Amino acid sequence: MPFFRLSLICALLTAIPAAAVEPDEILPEPALEERARAISKELRCLVCQNESIDDSNAPLAEDLRLLVRELLVSGLTDDEVFEHVTGRYGEFVLLRPRASGSNLILYLAGPAFLLTALGVAAVYVRRRGRGRPSERQELSEAEKRKIQELTG
Amino acid sequence: MVTELGHFAAILAFLVALCQCVVPSVGYYFGWDRWMRFAMPASALQFALTLFAFLALCHAFINSDFSLSLVAGNSHSAKPLIYRVAGVWGNHEGSMLLWVLVLTLFGMFVACFGRPLPLRLKSLVLAVQSAISTAFFAFILLTSNPFNRLLPPPADGAGLEPLLQDPGLAVHPPLLYLGYVGLSVSFSFAVAALISGRADAAWARWVRPWTLTSWIFLTLGIAIGSWWAYYELGWGGWWFWDPVENASFMPWLLSTALLHSAMVAEKRECLKSWVILLAILAFSLSLSGTFLTRSGIITSVHSFASDPGRGLFILSILGLFSGGSLLLYGFRHSTLVPSGAFALVSRESALILNNILLIGAAFVVFLGTFWPLIAELLFQRIMSVGPQFFNSTFTPFMIGLVLVLPVGAVLPWKRASLSEGLRRMRMALVTAVIAGLAIYWLQPEAQFLAPIGLALAIWLVSGAFLDIWHRIRPRRVSIRAAFARLSGLPGADWGKALAHAGLGISIAGISAVTGWEIEDIRIARPGDSFQLGSYSVRFEQSFEREGPNYLALGAEFELTQGGKTLTTLLPERRHYPAAGRQTTEAAIDMGFWRDIYLVVGEIHPGGGYTVKSYIKPLANWIWLGALVMAAGGLISLSDRRLRIGAGRRARQSTPVRD
Repeated sequence: MPFFRLSLICALLTAIPAAAVEPDEILPEPALEERARAISKELRCLVCQNESIDDSNAPLAEDLRLLVRELLVSGLTDDEVFEHVTGRYGEFVLLRPRASGSNLILYLAGPAFLLTALGVAAVYVRRRGRGRPSERQELSEAEKRKIQELTG
Repeated sequence: MVTELGHFAAILAFLVALCQCVVPSVGYYFGWDRWMRFAMPASALQFALTLFAFLALCHAFINSDFSLSLVAGNSHSAKPLIYRVAGVWGNHEGSMLLWVLVLTLFGMFVACFGRPLPLRLKSLVLAVQSAISTAFFAFILLTSNPFNRLLPPPADGAGLEPLLQDPGLAVHPPLLYLGYVGLSVSFSFAVAALISGRADAAWARWVRPWTLTSWIFLTLGIAIGSWWAYYELGWGGWWFWDPVENASFMPWLLSTALLHSAMVAEKRECLKSWVILLAILAFSLSLSGTFLTRSGIITSVHSFASDPGRGLFILSILGLFSGGSLLLYGFRHSTLVPSGAFALVSRESALILNNILLIGAAFVVFLGTFWPLIAELLFQRIMSVGPQFFNSTFTPFMIGLVLVLPVGAVLPWKRASLSEGLRRMRMALVTAVIAGLAIYWLQPEAQFLAPIGLALAIWLVSGAFLDIWHRIRPRRVSIRAAFARLSGLPGADWGKALAHAGLGISIAGISAVTGWEIEDIRIARPGDSFQLGSYSVRFEQSFEREGPNYLALGAEFELTQGGKTLTTLLPERRHYPAAGRQTTEAAIDMGFWRDIYLVVGEIHPGGGYTVKSYIKPLANWIWLGALVMAAGGLISLSDRRLRIGAGRRARQSTPVRD
């Protein structure tokens, strides 16, 4: 099946340029590579749907992975690398939203919800604990009349 | 011809739904029994018609009738039969039809199994249920008609997205829909309770099995989806906090909460209005889950605008049902008066805490999912919210939940003692702490979170065991007598213990795979060998083969450990000519304690291949746990106490202030 083989190889060679992190991208220094991986996991692939550049096969993601490694090799700190990449592509690339400005709402909403809910629940539970007489189920007038009718 | 009949059946089903919504409501208002009884045969007819329409669409897909634009766009004659059938719901229009099919199926179930229900409640529930299906039939017929013809018909179809051509994904959507749509029944019951102003123990008793049923389906559906992602997407991730995943996860969290609080409403006659609110929210989230992801609004505001007709229709349905029911709730919930009193330390309080934590978790997931949209609209900030956010905000709620769960589960109703609860769980606590410390010292690499996760898992599993143990051996009962009591234990108790243990099993899997995964990325040539942990992997040869509708390039690896050959692994990359797409097919040696996960990637000049290999410890426990949870739900559902007596109870329903 020479034609089959040829078409297959062509298809696979051309269509997927890279499969996520490629062996030839890996930095020789393990500590630096580990940092590069950690950073790549927090950067979004711009052309994919919700994938980090660490997971993505897209060529653009590969370029970004290489950029991150270049920056690390040139001696930048992790924060500086994020700064650099954000400067180029905007806040959109950050998978972990910055905890600043309006994003504080995002981060504080969870704890705020928890505290409020616990407060409301505490009031409710206290009330149920006392079993306020007004909230006890009382018979309506119609029911009282009915009972009287039945018991004569 | 069959297609036209199917189209006609869908239109008829719409009309029946409309009648089933109007007639019983009028009957309810004027107290006409006959009009109310109309709901029962109508719901059966509605289901039959929808089923016919659905089967007609299946018929078109199976016979590759490319004169239907839906079939032409989503199927291909070379596809295996199962994927031609699965293709029916592998697209927007078809999945909507499946959605209403399940909706009408549940409506018919309420009509059939609801014999003991009071007529007034039943007809109201069916009318609400039918209002939902009316809206969806209108949506389908007006904006997403699967029966639209294409002229001239193409010679062959465009094919189904290759990633979806997988047995796991063939069953994933139907399961998820059974779950999503099952919540519509709880919703209809909730709205009926608000309209009638009655929500008593019998009502709560009816809500619970329906919620439980949809919870079981949601659990299975989510688990299968996550498993699919694990073996199909090609790098062994199993949860991505993707909007689509979150859309299924939020209803799961809320239905879990609903399940627990419905118990309080049923047994203790309080939290009723809360249960109603939860039922409304849970279904609203399933609605937004099904549609907002389909309209693409979450991924981008702009894709929403690309099809404004559909988007606006969806939005109005959401607004109508969620907004309408919430409004109704606002006006009517004060008519529902709680009656049971309980102390601060009691099972009631524990279940309230459960609800707070589950809903808090759902809330952060909701906010994270919608934040990019909110930030863009309100603050002009174009940003992403990725897994890092969800992991750091969602996990604390889960840890809190797991910490209180075993103790809360054994507290008695009304009034309990915390020290007694803790005393019962003493052994579980000791086991968990000791095991956690032992794992910490023994683990291969210094991980902090994984041992904690495993300790929490052990706390849950042994807590579930102790729960059963104390049930059968309350005090000074001989071991033999205790085992005799074992068989008499109600299904609900078994179900509860199993579901809680299942959560523990999943947490164990999640912790281990996150903490101790081993990864190896390299270029390998046929003949090369390399070490992976204690295993040795040998690249035997590469090969090509032809599948039914794809071409595959594969690699053969031999996996050995200590000189013993374990298995041969055959990862592949497939090329689907019809769709012009590739997929990676990982080869996985599944084991109870670990998975060995191999992927082949790019071909390098000189004959080398990118090979990625992973050891994933306890990976299967993630889905095993979900299965155990679902099994627990099923056993609980089979409990006789959930079924009998509902009719008798219903007649002595407690009236409330009107």
